[in-house]
Amino acid sequence: MKQFTSNPFYKFILFPVGQIVAFAVGASLVLSLLTVLLAYIFRANITDFDLVERVLLILPQVVINGLTIGFVYSTIALGYTMVYGVLEFINFSHSEIFMVGGIVGVELMAYFDHTGALQTMNQYVVIALAIILGMIISGSLAVTVERIAYKPLRGAPRLVPLISAIGMSFFLQDAVRLILSLTTGEFNVILPQFGTFDKFLVLAVPGIEAPLRFQIKNLLLVGVAVLMLVGLNYLVNGTKIGKAIRAVAQDRPSASLMGINVNMIISVTFLIGGALGGAAGVLFALKATKLDPFVGFFPGLKAFTAAVLGGIGNLTGALLGGLILGLLESFSASYLSTFTSGAFGAEYKDIFAFAILILVLILRPSGLLGQTVGQKA
Amino acid sequence: MKTFFTELFKKANTGFWPIVIVLGILIVGSIGVYQSPRSLSAFLTLMLCPMMLYFLKINMKVKIFIGLLLIIVILPVLGIRNIFYLEVIFQMAVFAALALGLNIVIGMAGLLDLGYVAFYAVGAYAWAIFGSKQLSLLNSVPGAAPAGAEFSLAPTYFWLFLFLGVGLAAITGILLGLPVLRLRGDYLAIVTLGFGEVIRVLALNLDKPINLTNGPQGITPIQRPPLPPEFIMGPIRNLLTPIVGHVPTEAEFYNVFFYFLALIIIMIAILVATRLEDSRIGRAWTAIREDETAAIAMGIPLVKMKLAAFAAGASFAGGMGVLYAANRTFVSPETFSFLQSIGVLTMVILGGLGSIPGVIFGASAVVILNIQVLQNFSLYLSALRQSDAVIPIINFEWKNLSNQLDPAKYQKLVFGIILVVMMIFRPSGLIPAERRKRELVEDKE
Repeated sequence: MKQFTSNPFYKFILFPVGQIVAFAVGASLVLSLLTVLLAYIFRANITDFDLVERVLLILPQVVINGLTIGFVYSTIALGYTMVYGVLEFINFSHSEIFMVGGIVGVELMAYFDHTGALQTMNQYVVIALAIILGMIISGSLAVTVERIAYKPLRGAPRLVPLISAIGMSFFLQDAVRLILSLTTGEFNVILPQFGTFDKFLVLAVPGIEAPLRFQIKNLLLVGVAVLMLVGLNYLVNGTKIGKAIRAVAQDRPSASLMGINVNMIISVTFLIGGALGGAAGVLFALKATKLDPFVGFFPGLKAFTAAVLGGIGNLTGALLGGLILGLLESFSASYLSTFTSGAFGAEYKDIFAFAILILVLILRPSGLLGQTVGQKA
Repeated sequence: MKTFFTELFKKANTGFWPIVIVLGILIVGSIGVYQSPRSLSAFLTLMLCPMMLYFLKINMKVKIFIGLLLIIVILPVLGIRNIFYLEVIFQMAVFAALALGLNIVIGMAGLLDLGYVAFYAVGAYAWAIFGSKQLSLLNSVPGAAPAGAEFSLAPTYFWLFLFLGVGLAAITGILLGLPVLRLRGDYLAIVTLGFGEVIRVLALNLDKPINLTNGPQGITPIQRPPLPPEFIMGPIRNLLTPIVGHVPTEAEFYNVFFYFLALIIIMIAILVATRLEDSRIGRAWTAIREDETAAIAMGIPLVKMKLAAFAAGASFAGGMGVLYAANRTFVSPETFSFLQSIGVLTMVILGGLGSIPGVIFGASAVVILNIQVLQNFSLYLSALRQSDAVIPIINFEWKNLSNQLDPAKYQKLVFGIILVVMMIFRPSGLIPAERRKRELVEDKE
């Protein structure tokens, strides 16, 4: 058994993928069952239509939507959790790093569209290029922000770097707006139409009346996110740099005594977190199709909630938290108005995320998978 | 350079110089504003006067006399000539009160609250709902108000609501504080941020199932408290007419009225804040801020004190919210966005965490920057855009500058830069609190 678990194929591909699948399926199942149960309980209250039937009708679509947005949240949440693990501070400007990644990706595609290359190029190559560029720009931006705004404040009281990070986040939002409006006169960027991503794959499942419909871009989004997560897992658990990151996260002075260049490792952490955020930004842009410089705020806040939900500082926890939060958001957006007969609608989905955050912090401040020792005060 | 200025300041601060400087600035500023009511530099000169009054060594009685002269006589008269200045000073007072409240939470007790405007919103909406026709519109769709709706309360209830708003905000603060105050500093920041957004989302969406907040359109009209009766107003009107050059209208009187109201509230706020700072509670807050564990060991009831800080901070915002709703006769959810919370935070950080004169200075500086300096810069840029001027070296025509570039809309950029720069170079603020100054000096050793 020992030999099997140390097999790299198992350790770096089979195990993480299995974990992701297990989390996705498990979270979907639990939430679906809960919703159906609630539907059965409230069935008698609503006389206009059959609640259970209506819930079941859209359930598969709701789960799919939730998982797609959940993977985006997970990818962003990893950026928060990595920085928190190493520096123990909330990198408030991560949501702007994410936004910059998305805007850079869309601008690249818009550039290809402008030159006319977009329709002739392979659509997957375009997406790959956009993601890579987004990762590079966001990663280097994250490192720059760390150098300018956080590095001089190391060792200061906790609130000082946090306030600096908030300032940086505000600065980046308006700086991006300034650059966009100076160069293009318009600070909304819109994804050009190309390829076959908006088409649906229809999957007829025996026993269910409505066939399952997957949008190709949703599949692509999940695929890329899983690839990123597996890659990150390998980087952190399988390489020397990953070992150094873990050492710094555990005990910075000792790591430094062991000959690890702590400043370099912190920069690398920001680079990785930023690159993941940038990739998530491009994926998010595929789904949202229209971005502006302020688009990062809510996804960023939710990803942070996801990181706390899973146990901040814990990579697996961020993944699980992101999936749960995405599913919860999708469920609340779709079912809230059904259950309350239209009195409360999808606009309350943001409140749901905060309610969960507060509940988690009260009931289990260390998160679902966090250890209590992680809470160094 | 720095020593040169300190020497100069020392020299100016001896003998009869201070009184000469202050009176000089006062006279030059007043005449400047009176002659050219639209000039920014004249207004800034006049605003320099209270600052000098604070910093220079002058007999206390003289200080108070000059201060009262400025506040009670000069500013209202000048304000009626150009109503915009009363608006600026009103905003300064509102934000100074908010900053004083936030200063209790962050500066004294060390709890970072990123959703502070939520309490402001609670106060504003309390008077907005009861002081408008909203209560008789509960069952109608927003925007489709039936004819014949009536105000539910008489305008004099404003005075009651001023106190109710304070209490309501304090209770909200306690309700929010109870579950979350066990959390560590940075978690608390995010939770309060979330709470601020929740209040905004609620205000935005509670137009159904019952129409409580009128949704994104906001509530209007909201009643104002009645002006003093005619036997007081008449003589004042007669007195002011020759000085300002025309018969002051009711709208102008309302501006003066709200100006005085805001001043009274800010005086009370300053008094409460100073008294709290040196009280038993204030010292307990400092202890908690410095070291929670040690504070518990000294027998300080941690949760009670933190709740007190939350409630005290919130109550300032609640009172100002009621005043704001009555002044604007309109509230909408967008007034209470995250940007506002960060704006107030910027004022506190710029002036100096925990320093009462500091946060008042910070609030005034940010308000002037926001609604005067940036606006003027915007006007200047748009004038350049319409001219044929060219930037010399790069040969760029101002005409081609994107008209999206409007400095007045880049508050976030300004706030962001202020926060980062202050944190890196001067975390104790421009006018640091005495205690904090000592701490930071010790830290460096």
